Amino acid sequence: MAVPSTIIYQYLRSKKKFPHVWCPGCGIGITMGALLRALADLEVDKNDVAMVAGIGCTGRMSVYCDFHTLHTTHGRALAFATGVKLAKPNMRVIAVSGDGDALAIGGNHFIHAARRNIDITLILVNNKTYGMTGGQYSPTTPSGKFGSTAPYGNVEYPFDVFELAKGAGANYFARGTVYHATLLQVLMKKALEKKGFSVVEVISNCHTLYGRLNREGSAVKMIEWMNENAVNVKVASKKTPEELEGKFLIGEMLNIDRPEYCERYEQLIERLGGKSKAQNEARSPQHEAVEQ
Amino acid sequence: MRKFIEGSMAVAEAVKLCRPHVISAYPITPQTHIVEHLSQMVADGEVNAQFINVESEFGAASVVLGASAAGGRAFSATTSQGLLLMGEVIFNIAGLRLPVVITVANRSISAPINIWNDHSDAMAIRDAGWIMLFAEDNQEAHDMHLQAYKIGETPEISLPVMINMDGFILTHAFEGVDVISQEEADSFLPPFKPAVHLDVKNPVTMGVLAEPQWYMEARCRMQEALYESRPVIKQAARDFKGKFGRWYGDVIDTYRIDGAETVFVAMGSLIGTLKDAVDDLRGKGEKVGLLKIRCFRPFPGQEIAEALKNTRRVAIMEKAFSLGASGILGDEIKAALYATPYRPEISTFFIGLGGRDIPKSSIVNVYNQVKAKQQNNVFVDLKTELVK
Ligand SMILES: Cc1ncc(C[n+]2csc(CCOP(=O)(O)OP(=O)(O)O)c2C)c(N)n1
Ligand code: SF4
Repeated sequence: MAVPSTIIYQYLRSKKKFPHVWCPGCGIGITMGALLRALADLEVDKNDVAMVAGIGCTGRMSVYCDFHTLHTTHGRALAFATGVKLAKPNMRVIAVSGDGDALAIGGNHFIHAARRNIDITLILVNNKTYGMTGGQYSPTTPSGKFGSTAPYGNVEYPFDVFELAKGAGANYFARGTVYHATLLQVLMKKALEKKGFSVVEVISNCHTLYGRLNREGSAVKMIEWMNENAVNVKVASKKTPEELEGKFLIGEMLNIDRPEYCERYEQLIERLGGKSKAQNEARSPQHEAVEQ
Repeated sequence: MRKFIEGSMAVAEAVKLCRPHVISAYPITPQTHIVEHLSQMVADGEVNAQFINVESEFGAASVVLGASAAGGRAFSATTSQGLLLMGEVIFNIAGLRLPVVITVANRSISAPINIWNDHSDAMAIRDAGWIMLFAEDNQEAHDMHLQAYKIGETPEISLPVMINMDGFILTHAFEGVDVISQEEADSFLPPFKPAVHLDVKNPVTMGVLAEPQWYMEARCRMQEALYESRPVIKQAARDFKGKFGRWYGDVIDTYRIDGAETVFVAMGSLIGTLKDAVDDLRGKGEKVGLLKIRCFRPFPGQEIAEALKNTRRVAIMEKAFSLGASGILGDEIKAALYATPYRPEISTFFIGLGGRDIPKSSIVNVYNQVKAKQQNNVFVDLKTELVK
């Protein structure tokens, strides 16, 4: 009998914080699993990672992961993460947000993190709703879909997160789904390795609220829908517009190499003859004490 | 009509009766049900308002500011982090003298993250220039909304009103509520006639730069308007009683205070528990009474001092405090008494923070403590082993 891999246990507060609060079947668990496997693939030491989360079902990830974790106020994950990155440029900074956290209340931070192109990886769980507060419509709820604040359908337009990230200046954008868990892991790995602002949008299921309000069925049904409707960008160009009607793209959609913010900052310091952050850190006795 | 409904629904029903033009909010526990009920009512055409679920509380407060500036009756609801995020605009709404009404489902403030009830949120913005009312139960919360618009929209007052009701304890509790009919509501609350508003035919500028020569005067006028609102708040309570027969006090209320040697002071739903505790203690021959603060801003210092003048001991029970200083109600009540010859012994307690339960036994403990000796800023039911 196949034994499930325990590789991700090293990154979990498995004895302290479980069981988790997510609904059975929620895609956030699959997302977290993919992220942790991506980190395991990269052999990342958990002490080199800072995970910064906002508030929401997605934000709960920072409770279960055994990195340096900072669970902040709703919408501010990327802003706090920017502070962490500036203070510790050598640390791998991962922000996790729901669509509300990253694009509604924190939308401003999203575009500015992308514009600065700061080396943060954002895992954006898009379940098309505000899960934690009860299924209200969010900036990614498609027009016409239902929310607890849109009882007869949403009259607003959703963001295209890819266009937003690209337009604002991110270096990397990929979209995955919780059905395509292996692909998700690959995309996350690439995002984590990418210098600059990288975003992985994860299409996830909130069957408890969004799914129920929109009659999309069980977790399994919603996840199967992802399989039926996702088209990999690699094959999308070979399809006709009719074939792509109602489908959505997954895979790597943006991968460029604009110089990253912290590096440019270092260069500026160098140009002006100052000591770089890294040099300062290496010399600080306080830092050494922490390392021991 | 008497209905068995949730506190949030009692609020939504009341807001509907006020015929708002614009409702804007961002969801946050435990406020969500209020706006969900309202969005359903708007969608069903029961309320002829524009409802918008904006991208944050900052946006929600800004939308209602704009709506009110344009002469509309505007409503929002929030709590905790949401109220703090509104902060900048909350001050602006008051400074612009716009009679917006916001319901706050009172909740603690993070960090640490906590979604349960206390009064830290409202107390954090107490200096913004709003009229701040605290409801004791869901019937009062329902009725307070009609009074709130009436008070705030009085032309000489023109100030925003914040209705505070305890999160979960009231918002999520089901109880019988007499829901006012639309005709009755209309006869109590006339349509909004703004003192000034943005009008193409009569252009005005709102939110101008006030140089040092007259900023102070604008703030002084706000202070005066808040003081002047006290008789208006009292009149609204009396008018309401005349029409509907229900009375919750005006700026304060008292309960079994005659002959009381010890008087509890509190705000919000704790009043209900305290009334029961007072009855129990009175039953045992203890001379206790209760003072409810219904209107926290403007602060009814004179009324409070007058109510406490024959009392030996006062036990002030607060669901918030000013970190690094002291109890907020405690300090303000002491200051109010300082201007009078009355000198009851004042004890101050912090209770129910972050949603900690307040059983009657805790109140009896408080009573025994103040009877033994005067107490200062005691955290009731503190787990001392956790703070060593
Ligand atoms: C300032 C503020 N406003 C509102 C809230 C309430 N709140 C908590 S989580 C959340 C939305 C969650 O939606 P999303 O970010 O999409 O994450 P999900 O729960 O769907 O993973 C809201 C509105 C809050 N905590 N703070
Ligand atoms: S409410 Fe929705 S998003 Fe939150 S845990 Fe449940 S299924 Fe997941």
